[in-house]
Amino acid sequence: MSGQTLYDKVWNAHHVGTRADGNDLIYIDLQLLHEVTSPQAFEGLSIHDRPLWRRDANLATPDHNVPTVNRAQGLDGITDSIALEQVVTLDENCKRFDVEQFDILDERQGIVHVVGPEQGATLPGMTIVCGDSHTSTHGAFAALAQGVGTSEVEHVMATQCLVQNKAKNFAVNVSGFLPVGVYAKDLILAVIGRLGTAGATGHTIEYRGTAVTALSMEGRMTLCNMSIEAGARAGMVAVDETTLAYIKDRPFSPRADMWDQAEAYWRTLHSDDDAAYDMTLDLVAEDVVPQVTWGTSPEMVAGIDASVPDPAQMSDPVQREATEHALKYMDLEPGTPITDIPLDRVFIGSCTNARIEDLRAAAAMVKGKQVAPSIKEALIVPGSGLVKRQAEDEGLADIFRSAGFQWRDAGCSMCLAMNPDKVPPGEHCASTSNRNFEGRQGHASRTHLVSPATAAAAAVNGGFVDVRGWH
Amino acid sequence: MQSFRQHTGQAVPLDRVNVDTDQIIPKQFLKSIRRTGFGDYLFDAWRFLDEGDLGMTPNERAINHDFVLNAPQFQGASILLARDNFGCGSSREHAVWALQEYGFQVVIAPSFADIFYGNCFKNGLLPIVLEENIIQELFQLAVDGLELTVDLEAQTVRLADGTAHGFDIAPGLKEKMLSGMDDIAMTLAGREQIEHFEAGHRESQPWLFSRI
Ligand code: SF4
Repeated sequence: MSGQTLYDKVWNAHHVGTRADGNDLIYIDLQLLHEVTSPQAFEGLSIHDRPLWRRDANLATPDHNVPTVNRAQGLDGITDSIALEQVVTLDENCKRFDVEQFDILDERQGIVHVVGPEQGATLPGMTIVCGDSHTSTHGAFAALAQGVGTSEVEHVMATQCLVQNKAKNFAVNVSGFLPVGVYAKDLILAVIGRLGTAGATGHTIEYRGTAVTALSMEGRMTLCNMSIEAGARAGMVAVDETTLAYIKDRPFSPRADMWDQAEAYWRTLHSDDDAAYDMTLDLVAEDVVPQVTWGTSPEMVAGIDASVPDPAQMSDPVQREATEHALKYMDLEPGTPITDIPLDRVFIGSCTNARIEDLRAAAAMVKGKQVAPSIKEALIVPGSGLVKRQAEDEGLADIFRSAGFQWRDAGCSMCLAMNPDKVPPGEHCASTSNRNFEGRQGHASRTHLVSPATAAAAAVNGGFVDVRGWH
Repeated sequence: MQSFRQHTGQAVPLDRVNVDTDQIIPKQFLKSIRRTGFGDYLFDAWRFLDEGDLGMTPNERAINHDFVLNAPQFQGASILLARDNFGCGSSREHAVWALQEYGFQVVIAPSFADIFYGNCFKNGLLPIVLEENIIQELFQLAVDGLELTVDLEAQTVRLADGTAHGFDIAPGLKEKMLSGMDDIAMTLAGREQIEHFEAGHRESQPWLFSRI
């Protein structure tokens, strides 16, 4: 019998048993909650008069529709009354069910997928759920972290379990090392470009190889974050020294003897040498170039040195039609060089790329420069209040502000435009977020997904530019 | 949850791959704290030409007559024919609620995104996977109006002429749909099993239980 993958190990360590209907139950160690997908779940508990199974396995923060200006005003700063109702409802539910929340005025507030790891609430070997598909982010810590729907949120609240059948194993092996100017974001976009948005459906991805282990935790989170964009519900990276160093001394991470005991277990969280995978993708890191999406699905991506594809040359009719449709929506001609795509706005933020390392990479591109006059708005939105403070302490905020960027408060912001930060109809936005779907950043908005360095350089340059060797 | 056994209805063909949940129900409608009220905004950016927001009613909107759901012959359709990777993207269950409230009881596609597929079973919307070539055939037939009968027990999709296509479904999920049983109640029926597991888990990984 072959050995176990990392996913097998974490799954087995949480397998409660099989339910009467034949479905598996797995135990959930941590549920992260935010204002958008939790209200109906809390309501469901109340209607059936069910308690929370374990209040200490939940952690909440509002992120999706909090405004990123006037934070000091707290709830009064939310002008949209319906959004306000959601944030207030989360406050009330957390009080009523005694769930720990970093509320809108708490400096620890931020995007759930930034906050969990930052607090040490995310730990290796955990099972984690959140009513948000980018929960896969936490897999960077060798956790089995998955996005769930609202009914599942309620189910976990009431039973501490998730009804699930085991996924298959998918290995993404990246040999070599990423060149200077090429980042985790470029790597994951290149992976999605190869796999397609459904390529890993039904699988859990494990990212492996030298290029992955060389990444910081921030980089690994960026990788795992977009697993869902390749169809995988979860992505994982094995535990190593980088993982342990990141977690040590975080507010929620174990101390003293408990740490030693945990560490001994965590060090076993890697795939066995003889583990077998159902599918594999091999990539050479040196072949990856900075990536820019040109269409309306993350798989519609190209290298900075390439051009927008021509649907007329596609043999698959479904793909041809999808490409034609995307180019029409994006108002792009086939054959346009990526560097000639017009740009109106730049957004650096989101659970994919709003951590300190992302802001450092962006700041390095803009230091001493100015946002191009043709760019109507360039936003920097830190992933959490703590990231914001750190960036201010490091002098990054000053670099951004003097270059003409807006320096905002933590939240999802322009990643999904459920809050006041939106891309107006027809405008093109270079964005470090994870989805370029139609209307994602605002009605009729046009999104180009890129790394923080590429976004920052594009702001200065007024269009996309190859950041390898750009200064 | 409503149980599902059999359903006969009109099929409407939505000829696009990778239809994501942002398209099924755009984010501005997710601000609601309720489970209902989403049907009017299903495929909002495609059904309407103006930008929609919560509280608007369809009769005050600019209808996009080019969109298939607005075609007169597809009014009242209850079976959605879709393409590959339907329901990808965001985990929002609102997508399923919106489809149901609009009147859909079945979605047929060559493949579905995982989270969406799971969410369907939490609510009694039946997702059916059929082979690409069969779907292609149904798409062609649907243009002139196509009535289908879906029989979950027999696992078939039947055409009016009697042609039947079988489909696969995991036994556990089938059972759940047929019974319409409350998922949480079903899990809590095995409460001791969970408590037993939890006690062992606490012993082997005590740091997971040390938060106050
Ligand atoms: S930043 Fe964007 S992708 Fe991430 S949780 Fe917020 S809305 Fe979702």
